[in-house]
Amino acid sequence: MNPAEHRLNPGTALDLARIRSLRVNQPAVARRVAALNASRGVKKNHQAAWLVRAIQCIDLTTLAGDDTPGRVRRLCAKARMPLRSDLQAALGLSGLQTGAVCVYHEMLPEAVCALHGSGIPVAVVSTGFPAGLTPMETRLREIELSVAAGAREIDIVISRRHVLTQDWQALYDEVCAFRRACGEAHLKTILATGELQTLENVSRASWVCMMAGADFIKTSTGKEGVNATLDVSLVMVRAIRDWAEETGYVVGYKPAGGISSAKLALQYLALMKEELGNEWLVPERFRFGASSLLTDLERQLEHHVTGHYSAAWRHALP
Amino acid sequence: MPTVTEILDTMDYGPSPESADIANAWLDDHERRFGHFIGGERVKGEGHFDSINPATGQVIARIAQASPELVDRAVKAADAALAPWRALGGHGRARHLYALARALQKHARVFAVLETLDNGKPIRETRDVDVPLAVRHFYHHAGWAQLLDDEMPGHVPLGVVGQIVPWNFPLLMLAWKIAPALACGNTVVFKPAEQTSLTALLFAVICQEVGLPPGVVNIITGDGAVGEAITAHSGIAKIAFTGSTEVGRAIRKATAGSGKRLGLELGGKSPFIVFADADLDAAVEGLVDSIFFNQGQVCCAGSRLLVHEGTAERLVAKLKRRMGKIRVGDPMDKSTDMGSLVDRTQWLRVKGFVDRARDEGAQVFQACADPGAPDAGQGCHFAPTLVTGVDTASEIVREEVFGPVLTVQTFRTPAEAVELANNTRFGLAACVWSESIGLALEVAPRLKAGVVWVNTANQFDAACGFGGYRESGFGREGGREGLREYLKVAPSVAKAAATRAAKPEHRVVVAAIGESTHVGAKIDRTPKLYIGGKQTRPDGGYSRAIWAGKRLLGVVPEGNRKDIRNAVEAARGASAWERQTAHGRAQVLYYLAENLSAQSERLAACLAPVTGKARAQREVALSIERLFSAAAWCDKFEGAVHQPPMHGVAMALHEAMGVVGVIATDHAPLLGLVSLIAPAIAMGNRVVAVPSAAMPLVSAELHALLDTSDVPAGVVNLVTGPTDALADVLASHADVDALWWRGASAAQAGRVEALSVSNLKRTWIDTSSIDWFTASSALGRDALGQAVQVKNVWVPYGV
Repeated sequence: MNPAEHRLNPGTALDLARIRSLRVNQPAVARRVAALNASRGVKKNHQAAWLVRAIQCIDLTTLAGDDTPGRVRRLCAKARMPLRSDLQAALGLSGLQTGAVCVYHEMLPEAVCALHGSGIPVAVVSTGFPAGLTPMETRLREIELSVAAGAREIDIVISRRHVLTQDWQALYDEVCAFRRACGEAHLKTILATGELQTLENVSRASWVCMMAGADFIKTSTGKEGVNATLDVSLVMVRAIRDWAEETGYVVGYKPAGGISSAKLALQYLALMKEELGNEWLVPERFRFGASSLLTDLERQLEHHVTGHYSAAWRHALP
Repeated sequence: MPTVTEILDTMDYGPSPESADIANAWLDDHERRFGHFIGGERVKGEGHFDSINPATGQVIARIAQASPELVDRAVKAADAALAPWRALGGHGRARHLYALARALQKHARVFAVLETLDNGKPIRETRDVDVPLAVRHFYHHAGWAQLLDDEMPGHVPLGVVGQIVPWNFPLLMLAWKIAPALACGNTVVFKPAEQTSLTALLFAVICQEVGLPPGVVNIITGDGAVGEAITAHSGIAKIAFTGSTEVGRAIRKATAGSGKRLGLELGGKSPFIVFADADLDAAVEGLVDSIFFNQGQVCCAGSRLLVHEGTAERLVAKLKRRMGKIRVGDPMDKSTDMGSLVDRTQWLRVKGFVDRARDEGAQVFQACADPGAPDAGQGCHFAPTLVTGVDTASEIVREEVFGPVLTVQTFRTPAEAVELANNTRFGLAACVWSESIGLALEVAPRLKAGVVWVNTANQFDAACGFGGYRESGFGREGGREGLREYLKVAPSVAKAAATRAAKPEHRVVVAAIGESTHVGAKIDRTPKLYIGGKQTRPDGGYSRAIWAGKRLLGVVPEGNRKDIRNAVEAARGASAWERQTAHGRAQVLYYLAENLSAQSERLAACLAPVTGKARAQREVALSIERLFSAAAWCDKFEGAVHQPPMHGVAMALHEAMGVVGVIATDHAPLLGLVSLIAPAIAMGNRVVAVPSAAMPLVSAELHALLDTSDVPAGVVNLVTGPTDALADVLASHADVDALWWRGASAAQAGRVEALSVSNLKRTWIDTSSIDWFTASSALGRDALGQAVQVKNVWVPYGV
């Protein structure tokens, strides 16, 4: 059985004419984002539900040089129980989990072990993360090793130089190779949008990755100067929408880095709902790459339940 | 309320209501029954009628109907306040305007809520658009008051200004009207629309709160009859009106010949042009901002989508999908995009347009179910509507709907896009969407509209003038150009004593008759009309003899309405002059001066029998100077670049009016004519001039000069004949953009101003005697300002 058949996005040939026809007007993007933030709000039970959904969509992440097995075990425990059980009960919920846990390859065995039986997938950053400038041979090997060690999602970084020099063929070939190396694991392509600079670059890179068969497109490694923004997200989710309309294939979206407040998370969810629809408000199609966000979500949910403002120390450290 | 788990299935937004408590408390404090605000005091009203919240159908207050006596009282209060308000000086007035801005800002939310309750528009718009823009307008004009003496020397306020506004932006229109009027030292009698009087009445409270001198702002409420009484009142120096083109026309007629200044901001049917290289998602959002903003009840709403034929299918698909996301409902909910139309009358009007379009065979798309007729308690909601299968002849494409209804047409080329865009009697605003700066900036100047938004829509700022071309009205609001609407040249300069020359007699002769003694001495010269660069015989075949006492000075052709028609056609055809470079136009004007100088003795001799020799020579010399002046101004009377609060620029371009009709007076037959023609053509206009009736012989002398000075055919057309009859034809001609008649009699002014309603042309008519020999009153920024209309082109940028 061809592993591609499991996927929602089998990809297509590279269509350079389509790539070159993509135009993005930055002021209009900024205006739309500002209007959206001012025009959609959720209150009371609706807000609580949306905050819960944000928790379900988190790729709970640790990607630091000082990661240790102990640190990863704590993170995985948090992924299994992202909200205090009394609060879950008060909301009429149980068994709440995050969307995934995201770690470096060396932390993978610990994470797979800690999450065993939970159904929570482990995502691994790969291909010379974060710069992506290691030899192609080792980048492909990285993917193979992670998949073999139980990673169900591979977050690759693209070569920014291919975008900056507008070498779309090279970018397409690179992502296709990563895709083949992934086998049945899901491929999430990190564009490092902060380094691509222009929104037109972001749009075109998104399309090339989707043509090459990306299951998710993701903004950032979290290591660039500027990480996920709503402006960049609007451009990327519009690419996903047009892709779905033109090909019928579904691609997910993952903003990562810099999303640490519940308010901002709700704005992201509203953006997804408005531009893509409710079908994309699920962990299968939408993820936040974040860790500290969770604490703020918990605090807001406690406020919803008790009517009093909460404090960070009342919630388990991720 | 659904549970959290239920909502996790639907992921609905749920309700987000804004509280109306404070606004309701204020209404209750007044027992929901209001009077007027005159001379700084609350005045009890009578003839109360209901003010209805259109979203619920509930009566929220009772509003008074001002009587004519009350209008008179308000005008007198404003008049009494005028001298001390003016004497306060720029800085003193700036302090008051600043205080108004601060007070509005302090009470921002109650204004926003009250506006939503009264008008039905969503709280998000009143909160984020209407009120902040109103505040900004007062701040900006506090600044103008401060700078007025330095920036507008030699200008004085007009007096008591009558201001009448519509219901679509009640508080914002109040700010647009009151702030500049007050900054310039005028006092006002202000009337809000009868549907939406409440925020104006709340504004009266803050006028008291900040200690605005009594009588500076007077607010009286009521229906159109009150507006008529204000318009008719002899104590009013200017009427500033925003509203429908029909009412604008009626006001133009009512004020004709009264000497009242007039500013009209009227209707629109604005084009929204999308080229193939546009960011289509951005254009779709632009359409939402354009036609669904304020339920489409916006004079500058982009109601006609013109899209490149090959792009139309994709754009319309995107738009339909987006329309499905528009939330129509309770305007007090913070997640509502579209609230209620203003009342049942408006709802029925919009519905009528859509029904008739459907009957004509158009396809009507509404993404959400039609909320239905506004029965009691239902609200006047109207679904966002897209109408396809229409063309230029369709009623819904030609008429202003003033509702959330967008039509779609396609074009093949940029030229066709411009042609379709301009195929309307309106000219308020336009949008151009293209990622090619070359294309967008080529198209923007070609659009007949006072505002052009490139890759954006419905942006406003106090520093950028807003106002229309054609039947969308005249005058600008905001910016320096808006300030000029509330000022006049100080009378000490304008009313220099004019010495009138002896008036020659003239009469139409039936046939050439040899009564004259001097004609036979040389070969007969037959002066003709000058139309389209050619000397032509008059259509009627009659001539007019000009006599000085018993001496026949000459015979001029008697032009008639057909000659005017031909001249206007020639002028319209000479549009290349407008696109000629300013340097190029200056060269032509200098050349004209040079040739006039060479012929100065001949021209002086022509004038001398009527004016006397010395005066004739002075007239010729000054005419040469005027041409020099106009030539000098060509490349110096330029627009401005605004930097409104956004990342981008708004370019205020000075554009020619188009075809300008000029009526010369008998006083200074040559100088008076040249003083008007020169600034007009300097700015790129084409002129159809009727030379002085008493002394039209100079006209014939000008033909040769124009011919030899490289003035392109059609740029200047001269039609001699009966002044009144020809002026009437020009005034009523729909293809004449402006009419200038300085020194008309009151009767003449009244007649042509009334006739000018045909296309609401801009008139520059005064009945005070102009001394053409005084340069300051003849040519300068004021004259040049009449020769141009300001177009603001907004260009946001970023990568």
